Amino acid sequence: MSARWRDLARLAWRDSRTARSRLLLYMSAISLGVAALVAIDSYSANVVRSIREQSRELLGGDLSLSSRTAFPPSVDSLLDTLQRGGIPVGRSTTFTSMALVPHAPAPRLVQVNAVGPHVPFYGTIETDPPGRYAELQQGHTVLVDGSLLVELNAKLGDSLSLGSARFAIRGTLQNVPGDVGIASSLGPRVYIAEKWVPETKLLVFGSRAQYDALLKLPAGTDPKTVVNQHQPTIDSAHVRTRTVQDTERSLTYDIQQLDRFLGVVALVALLLGGVGVASAIRAYIEEKRDPIAVLRVLGATSRQVLAVYLLETGVLGLAGAVVGAILGVAAQMALPHVAAGVVPVTVVPRLEPRAIGTGIAIGVWVAVIFALLPILGVRRISPLEAIRHDAAGAPVRRILSDWPRLLAFVALAASVVLIAIGRAGNVRRGIAMSAGVGAALVLLAIAAALVARVTRRVLKEHWPFVVRQGLANLYRPANQTRAVMLALGFGAFLMSTLYLVQRNLLARLTASAVETRANLAFFDVQSDQVKSVDSLIRAARAPVLQQVPIVPMRIAAIGSRSVSDALHDSRRASWALRREYRSSYRDTLITSEKLVAGTWFNAADTAARSGPWPISLDADLAADLGVTLGDTITWDVQGVRIPSIVKNLRQVTWARFEPNFFVIFAPRALASAPQTTVFLTRVMDPTARAALQRAVVVHDPNVSTIDLALIQQAIDGIVDKVSIAIRFMALFSVATGILVLLSAVAAARRQRLREGVLLKTLGATRAQIGRIMLSEYTVLGLLSAATGLVLSLGGAWALMHFLFDSPFSPAGPPLAVLALIIVALTAGVGLSSSRDVFAETPMAALREQ
Amino acid sequence: MLVVRQLTKSYPSGGRTLTVLHDVSFTIPDGAFVAIVGPSGSGKTTLLGLLAGLDTPTAGSVLLDGAELGTLSEDARARLRGEKVGFVFQSFQLIPTLTAAENIAVPLELRGMRNAGVRARTLLDRIGLADRADHLPAQLSGGEQQRVALARAFANAPRVLFADEPTGNLDSATGDRIIQLLEELNRESGTTIVLVTHDTALASRAKRIIRLSDGAVVDDRELAA
Repeated sequence: MSARWRDLARLAWRDSRTARSRLLLYMSAISLGVAALVAIDSYSANVVRSIREQSRELLGGDLSLSSRTAFPPSVDSLLDTLQRGGIPVGRSTTFTSMALVPHAPAPRLVQVNAVGPHVPFYGTIETDPPGRYAELQQGHTVLVDGSLLVELNAKLGDSLSLGSARFAIRGTLQNVPGDVGIASSLGPRVYIAEKWVPETKLLVFGSRAQYDALLKLPAGTDPKTVVNQHQPTIDSAHVRTRTVQDTERSLTYDIQQLDRFLGVVALVALLLGGVGVASAIRAYIEEKRDPIAVLRVLGATSRQVLAVYLLETGVLGLAGAVVGAILGVAAQMALPHVAAGVVPVTVVPRLEPRAIGTGIAIGVWVAVIFALLPILGVRRISPLEAIRHDAAGAPVRRILSDWPRLLAFVALAASVVLIAIGRAGNVRRGIAMSAGVGAALVLLAIAAALVARVTRRVLKEHWPFVVRQGLANLYRPANQTRAVMLALGFGAFLMSTLYLVQRNLLARLTASAVETRANLAFFDVQSDQVKSVDSLIRAARAPVLQQVPIVPMRIAAIGSRSVSDALHDSRRASWALRREYRSSYRDTLITSEKLVAGTWFNAADTAARSGPWPISLDADLAADLGVTLGDTITWDVQGVRIPSIVKNLRQVTWARFEPNFFVIFAPRALASAPQTTVFLTRVMDPTARAALQRAVVVHDPNVSTIDLALIQQAIDGIVDKVSIAIRFMALFSVATGILVLLSAVAAARRQRLREGVLLKTLGATRAQIGRIMLSEYTVLGLLSAATGLVLSLGGAWALMHFLFDSPFSPAGPPLAVLALIIVALTAGVGLSSSRDVFAETPMAALREQ
Repeated sequence: MLVVRQLTKSYPSGGRTLTVLHDVSFTIPDGAFVAIVGPSGSGKTTLLGLLAGLDTPTAGSVLLDGAELGTLSEDARARLRGEKVGFVFQSFQLIPTLTAAENIAVPLELRGMRNAGVRARTLLDRIGLADRADHLPAQLSGGEQQRVALARAFANAPRVLFADEPTGNLDSATGDRIIQLLEELNRESGTTIVLVTHDTALASRAKRIIRLSDGAVVDDRELAA
């Protein structure tokens, strides 16, 4: 450091002496944003590192092959060949089934993992009592999730029925590598040996199951080479492959997406902190007018004064950012507990220097760049102010003709955009995000200007003095309307947008349940079981709300091109060509569907015919398949080719508790095809509902049932977990909002104090002064909340419309409560941070002269 | 009537007690025009603060129209000030965010008076500043600001007006105009005027001079008319 800089640094240090602790408080606005960034980045780095370390355990082998149908002979013989060549192969089959314990009132839908010997090759499945997994292959035993024991009111040693087979419960699952805890809330896990699957008689026509083969490759063998060697066999059998690297990549991608989303919330907290720093520094400079004038008298150039305050801001910003980083690391250590069950690996918290360094650097930069504009104000402080208090400084010039301010403004905007691009991961999203944040801030600023203008207009002479005085403070010179509205309005906007989106997503599920009025579904009902299930439902005096046939099929050809041919066409999505479709047939549209092109089936379409059958496609699927009205698709239905022609396109609302289909055939087309049936019914009484489930499962063990109440519970559980993480981050924004409010109030403190003292001198009581401030802050809070909430209606609508493709409905009462909280908070913070206005005696007015 | 009895004021200062006023006593009858003079640090401003009820004494009492200020709560003193006391300061002390008319209206509005705005404009007209009613203090000259401050002080027709170096920040011609206004108001409406200054020429415009030195009254005399 040169001697000159050393002198400036010393000056800066001394200058900050009286205000250091207060300035640090304001800098804590930065701390919270940095804490959020550091916590999220460190945690995500921890998770990614853990995934890398545990990826073989996550997959259970080096390579997996999986299929929705039993492996065809070609794949079986490939696996045999590999095994003979010394590569261990383990097999497993996963499917859903009803599990029943003799004395339990109702059966429970479970996920059955039927595993062969040696599976998994890597990682251990921990059980209680320990070591029971190794014994699984020996007898008719099962290992189950602890939650299932609770739900079925069962204990170790009880017998558990899966289809036609019975098993003894030998232990509970404690830790299964790669399984996300919340996954089991949809259906608890049950492990059995694969050899017992035929005995259960559960895998019948139309059952959904996943067949996996796990391979343990010799050290140093690249799984990709193995896949490439056998690509034709794998492709023709519709078998998917997954390597350790694939697992790692897809999990890392998911985590990074979550990191980006939460990072954006953290960044918003940081930017909000920047706004807080700007108003705190503005207040500080205002307070320092006299010492600055004296410095100027003593020969300091405005550039030197500028350097002194920049140094102070930089050092305090650094202190704030370091405090933030420490807080962030503490939060990072807490996050594994908050996110337990959402992440598929055991996360070991470790310090991540890169995340900490980035957080601190961004924090300091945001503090300095936001403080720059108010700091440039020191240039206008005239040395004359040292001898004459009322000497006016240089007038404020328009920003366009004041190039240092213009430059600072451009640097600020550019910094926000660059940091956003860095966080969002790509330029488009970064710019979109800064544009979104910018638009919200500009709208809030416009609202603030409007508030000032409208208040001036509507204020009436006959209103009580304290109210008029308080309201007039909204537009008078040096008002804090804009600063407070930006800080609070933005916080309200964020919180409310998050809330509305969450509520709408949940409401979408509940609303659909109300519409179909069904709360119980039976599926996988075979043709010869339709009658018995139907009569069991009726015997329980329950209505059959829907009875829907399901026919599994694959695409054989599109137009004249076979699927393997069509796969080379980049316009067609391979997932849509390869997948198995579970289609249905009917002659009416249902409430979750809307016709968007073509016409619905008419009488002629349902008549017997020799040519292609008319079908209705989901509009998005049609786009992915690259087909439109009039195109032909040939289906492979259990080996029978059925030609079809696209007659119309539907828009389908998928998230409803009723069967929805990509493809609907005209009736008769599939009437004689092999099919299963889904029944929807409604039984309000939980005991009766359980009894009906039990009756059906006892009579037809392969039929699965879903109780909507359980599904809703499960979904609520998942949404809760995710929203805890989001709320955790939003909390940083809200806390920052309060700090920003504090600094905005502090910015006007000196003036408030002087006004308060003068009003007292002129005869105002403390109650009158309190009422003046109360009316000002109440209106400020009310208007900030209202503006933020109105903006959030737009923001949430846009998110629901563009991202979730769903309708949006606003929520009045909860928003009103949020508004009330904000108003109370504003008034509380405003009044409590103005305590010294009440405390100061009017003598100060005389002394200040 | 303002009665001061054995007034003492001490402050803790650097671990010691600093006594700024010792045992000050005097009486100012209604309609008087008194100047309190003395060098810097003699206790003038402290005395003014106590007389106006801005502060409370350590010992002794101040009676304003029979009310003992030291026994009243801060809010009660504020109300009394609003009713009976007017102020003029050296640095004008106008509220910077209020216009000239709004500044004048404040004491009236604090008392809940209707048409305060109309009365404020009438007062502005009387001091020749009708056209500056909607200007902020920063847009007025020093003389204009002090005239507005004076109008504010008289808005409530106070019984006593305290003026602390009212011409200190003004050139002599403007200062003289302010003093003439004070004299007029004293003469025409019988308002008691207590002027604090160290300017002997200004003090000589009063009818009585109380001289302070080191916190004690060293001289108290009526001036010949």
